Amino acid sequence: MTHSISVTVNGATRQAEVEPRQTLVDFLREQLGLTGTHVGCEHGVCGACSVLLDGEPIRSCLMFAVQTDGHEITTVEGLREEDGALGILQDSFWETHALQCGYCTPGMLIAGQDLLTRNPNPSDEEIREAIAGNLCRCTGYLQIVDAIRLAGARMRQAPEALGTEAGDV
Amino acid sequence: MKAAAFDYTRAESLDDVLDLLRREGDEARVIAGGQSLVAMMAMRLARPTHLIDINHVDALAGVAPAGHHVIIKACTRQTAAMASDSVRRDAPLLAAALPHVGHIQTRNRGTIGGSLAHGDPTAEILLTAIALGARVTLASTAGARELDITDFSIGAMETSIREDECLAEVHFPKPPAGLSVGAAVDEISPRAGDYAVIGAAAEIGLTEDGTCKHIRLGVSGAAPVPVLCAPTMEALMGTRLADSDIDEAAHLITPLLSPESDVQASAAYRLRVAPGMLARATKAARDRAKTHQERGAGSGAT
Amino acid sequence: MSETPPRRFVSTKRRPKEDGRFITGAGHFVADIGRPGMLHVALVTSPHPAARIASVNTSEALAMPGVVDVLTGDVLAAATNPLANAVDTPGVKCYPLANGVARYAGEWIAAVVAESRALAEDAAELVDVEYKSLDHVIDAEEALEPTSPPVHEDHGSNILYRRTFTWGPVAEDFAGQPHELPFKLRWGRSAPVPVETFGVVAEWDMGTEILDVWASIQMPSYAEQIATALRIPVNQVRAHYDVDVGGSYGVKRGIKHTVLTGFLARRLGRPIRLIEDRLENMIGGDMHGPDRHFDVAVAFDDDGLIKSMKLRVIEDVGGQTGRAPFQLGKPVSAIVGAYQINSVEYEAIAVSTNKTGQAAVRGFGMSPTNVAIESAVDKVARHLGLSRLEVRRRNFIRADQFPYLIPSGSEYDSGDYQTVFKKALDLADVEALLARRDAARRDGKIAGIGIATCLEPGGGNSAFEPLLNPKNETTTWPESCVVKVDRTGGITATIATSTSGQGHETLAATIIGEELGIDPNDIRVVHSDTLSGLPGNTPVASRMAIMLGGAAAGAARKIRDQAILIGAHNLGRTTDQVRYENGAVTALDDPSLSLSLSRIALISHREFHNMPPELTEPGMQAVHVLQVPKGGTLPTADGRVQMYPCYSFAAHIVYAEIDRLTGKVSLPEYCIAHDCGTVINPDIVRGMVIGGAAHGIGAALYEEFSYEPGGQLLSGTFVDYVMPSSHEVPDIKLAEHCTPSPLTSHGQKGVGEGGYLGAPAAVASAINDALSPFNIECLTLPMRASLLSDLLADQPAETES
Repeated sequence: MTHSISVTVNGATRQAEVEPRQTLVDFLREQLGLTGTHVGCEHGVCGACSVLLDGEPIRSCLMFAVQTDGHEITTVEGLREEDGALGILQDSFWETHALQCGYCTPGMLIAGQDLLTRNPNPSDEEIREAIAGNLCRCTGYLQIVDAIRLAGARMRQAPEALGTEAGDV
Repeated sequence: MKAAAFDYTRAESLDDVLDLLRREGDEARVIAGGQSLVAMMAMRLARPTHLIDINHVDALAGVAPAGHHVIIKACTRQTAAMASDSVRRDAPLLAAALPHVGHIQTRNRGTIGGSLAHGDPTAEILLTAIALGARVTLASTAGARELDITDFSIGAMETSIREDECLAEVHFPKPPAGLSVGAAVDEISPRAGDYAVIGAAAEIGLTEDGTCKHIRLGVSGAAPVPVLCAPTMEALMGTRLADSDIDEAAHLITPLLSPESDVQASAAYRLRVAPGMLARATKAARDRAKTHQERGAGSGAT
Repeated sequence: MSETPPRRFVSTKRRPKEDGRFITGAGHFVADIGRPGMLHVALVTSPHPAARIASVNTSEALAMPGVVDVLTGDVLAAATNPLANAVDTPGVKCYPLANGVARYAGEWIAAVVAESRALAEDAAELVDVEYKSLDHVIDAEEALEPTSPPVHEDHGSNILYRRTFTWGPVAEDFAGQPHELPFKLRWGRSAPVPVETFGVVAEWDMGTEILDVWASIQMPSYAEQIATALRIPVNQVRAHYDVDVGGSYGVKRGIKHTVLTGFLARRLGRPIRLIEDRLENMIGGDMHGPDRHFDVAVAFDDDGLIKSMKLRVIEDVGGQTGRAPFQLGKPVSAIVGAYQINSVEYEAIAVSTNKTGQAAVRGFGMSPTNVAIESAVDKVARHLGLSRLEVRRRNFIRADQFPYLIPSGSEYDSGDYQTVFKKALDLADVEALLARRDAARRDGKIAGIGIATCLEPGGGNSAFEPLLNPKNETTTWPESCVVKVDRTGGITATIATSTSGQGHETLAATIIGEELGIDPNDIRVVHSDTLSGLPGNTPVASRMAIMLGGAAAGAARKIRDQAILIGAHNLGRTTDQVRYENGAVTALDDPSLSLSLSRIALISHREFHNMPPELTEPGMQAVHVLQVPKGGTLPTADGRVQMYPCYSFAAHIVYAEIDRLTGKVSLPEYCIAHDCGTVINPDIVRGMVIGGAAHGIGAALYEEFSYEPGGQLLSGTFVDYVMPSSHEVPDIKLAEHCTPSPLTSHGQKGVGEGGYLGAPAAVASAINDALSPFNIECLTLPMRASLLSDLLADQPAETES
């Protein structure tokens, strides 16, 4: 038996029919075609499935799509600027090569975006704490920390960029 | 790892929840944060046929001081509890425990009550509840009943909740007034944020001259459920909490421990480490209480 | 390479091309691929470590709505050939689904195919399998015994491979030295475990008779092995290399997944998808790593000069065989590490047990071997009361000795170990670090400094194949690149491999750009499939900078030569009267006479009347297929052969503290100096070194596939298989050195594995230094907190510097 849900994803309201057991990550990927969010473990450890729910990072493998009726989701696809340009954090990831295979990257971007929204000038320790729930097997994290630090510095120089991203966070 | 099929209801009120629980019995299960439940469902270790979503029941969320307790509604997010002034001021041990609970993503959904209802014996929130002697309120269509946490958490992954009940509130006792209070939670886990192998919780209240007049201690990971360290509490109450006294008194918990070996650590490890972690947490809590004294803050955790 | 011309693109900081799609979530991973009518697979797995399969009742599962098929092992085995074995073991037959006997808990027994993954999992629970439990063996030493329960009955024993190599006068050297130290070392089973599991989509086109395969793959001879198993011609298989792979580090070898899916695709006439869930991956995916028991002995003199070494290693391969035993072979290529050891005896044994199978892990066996070598060096120093730094300096191969021939037959191409070592020590400020350690110890802390060097053989001359299996007479390991310039001057390169984060597109574009004087950002790089692509051996063995770099350079140089011919002809000059520079051909006597590459390309495509007589083929395209340098010879009878052309080197210095109570290890300081020859892209190289070190820290301290005596895997989820997070990997400082390889296009060597080869040895060294005041040592990896705490618990608190 399916349920009707109405959920706003990256600023656009979507109506869908979902089976209760369909997780949010599977819904985003398979029904909405937003394949940027990735499945890594399906038991809430790796963080590859991280998205923003009402502006806060969560593990989308630990939530059922049916629960998101009336809520707002931001995925990695929603992190671009309104004009389609790369967000400062995304661009900073490119600048420091904060990724290799790219699989954990959307989750890392979500975690990083959340941190910089709450704390525009984080210490390296705070950065590491913010991404502690996201596993990366490629980079050893250093270049990711570099990217988030760089993004913070760039955002502080451009205050209007603070908290600005495409999507309705 | 797709969950077995189930029916789903989003409850709008507590009555919705209780009504469904009464009607469906053990086929139905409440879902709060889902951080433990959904993972178990993905592995098909849990297979409820009906999920009752309580995340939109306003009556089940919120923090409010009430007399000698802080009452935290069961579906209060861990993040919200961390940010609550009430919690920081009146439940300092819980405030000390929460940063150890999982990660940012899990705390944004995970709830205070959900952690207790799940019954994970390594959970820091359960450790805190036992250390403080918290009480829980269980609601059903037949009314509400209040239980001591030790009567609620009766075994590893086992609570005494009835089929038709929903955990509604957790009452954390406030530290007594007039003392300088410090709280600390320390743990050893494979990684920061992982399930604790050994956890220790300490809440200390000092008089102006540094005498301990309030002490609540708990240890997890060395028994089926977290253990209230009563012998250590008794031995240290009224003392000035010298390091050597703490070290010695910590070992008094050994007869209370019945650890098991698992893939993370042996029973011998747990038996050896538990008193040491307890001593560390106790010293840290004492030092925080002293810091508050020097600042003239009165009470509260760092 | 006598003189390095100034470089515009190689070795300069450039943003890797690939990153652009991943930061926007626009990667193209296998789970992102949907094919019309696609069906989904879930596996039924064995609960027993060893059991005869008495019956499989699929009727209830088949009756479920949405279920299309349930495939059992007997049907699959009758219709396919067994999966390839590395070593000569004809009695060992492994199939994707167990056929008659289950060989480990978690092995795949049956495959359910349904309209959705969830339905397939529902139906998998309804498949009723009757087992007759057999005795099992999960201890490698026990598996050596002829009385151990046979994992592969027809093979006759559990020993898959056993050979002792003696290179040089080992007995004589041992007899002639005043000192001898034997010890044992245990490398616990771990693996790089990528965040993306293995996945494959297979689709059979009846019209063209092509089996299309999209997979998260990193595997040489992929199409060939699929074809052999499915009994179809190789050119009926089209594996698509343009699928992004979410990390591999060697292990994404899902040949059983692919054969299974390919078979189902042909059988059912619909596209089939198998994406491992994490449980299938950890327990049944056959992507575990080395699981080794070492017996080591070194013979040395009073100055700590190591004359000879004996290494006996038992590798527990598990219940599936595949390529795993070859993982004993790669270490032969650098069997003496960085040291002038005169002779080596190497006894390599591979055994079967009732555990999950093994795949090739980053370094292909070199990392555990390096722990053995470096531990030996540390022990020599400790035994003689000499500095571990000094003993290494005394034993290092000297800069003036290159190329250096090691006893097992490989020649190290270039290096300067003393200089790189010194850079590491300077970077770490080792004097200050020693002072810090000693102060910490006086404070009652348990602290140690770890030192390790490692050789990173690169280039993928996989001569361990004929070495360990004389029936396998392979001496060719190629890589190819096609470069074409279209009529507008647009440059496109095609590479014949998949990529899992190594930045091959950036690599190829940078080198081609360097050769053609064109900005790499303007060079498009695409991945072929196995039908349209040229020979390649995929990114294994730290080979792509060397091999793909060389192929790309070769193809680009051919384009340049074509451009010079066309340009000179159209400028009215001879070829030695013009110069190719910065994307144009210019007359030497008149710089204003110049033709751009795009103009030249247009001529080649459209203006045959302007083509020089030497060039009769229109267009501008070049193919280069590179054979691995110094490859092409078979091993000698006593097992000597050149393996790997290029040898990178690194030195790791790490400071560790161990919490006396909990055994928890922290790594406040970590420094690496590395030499990978010419660096093509600095940020990619940095990522490889640090990422490899992070993997190594995981293997040294945290990760283990633990089995209980009943044969069940205890750490089959991410809850119990613990991988380092951002809190467990420290800040790692890097220093660089460059000894170019004389064998490669730009002096580049490999760098994908070195971090992983050095870190476990360095961390083990630090832990043992920390434990040494207590006269205890730990030679079991991973050195988890509980293990260290247990070791320390028996010791009274002692402070001795």
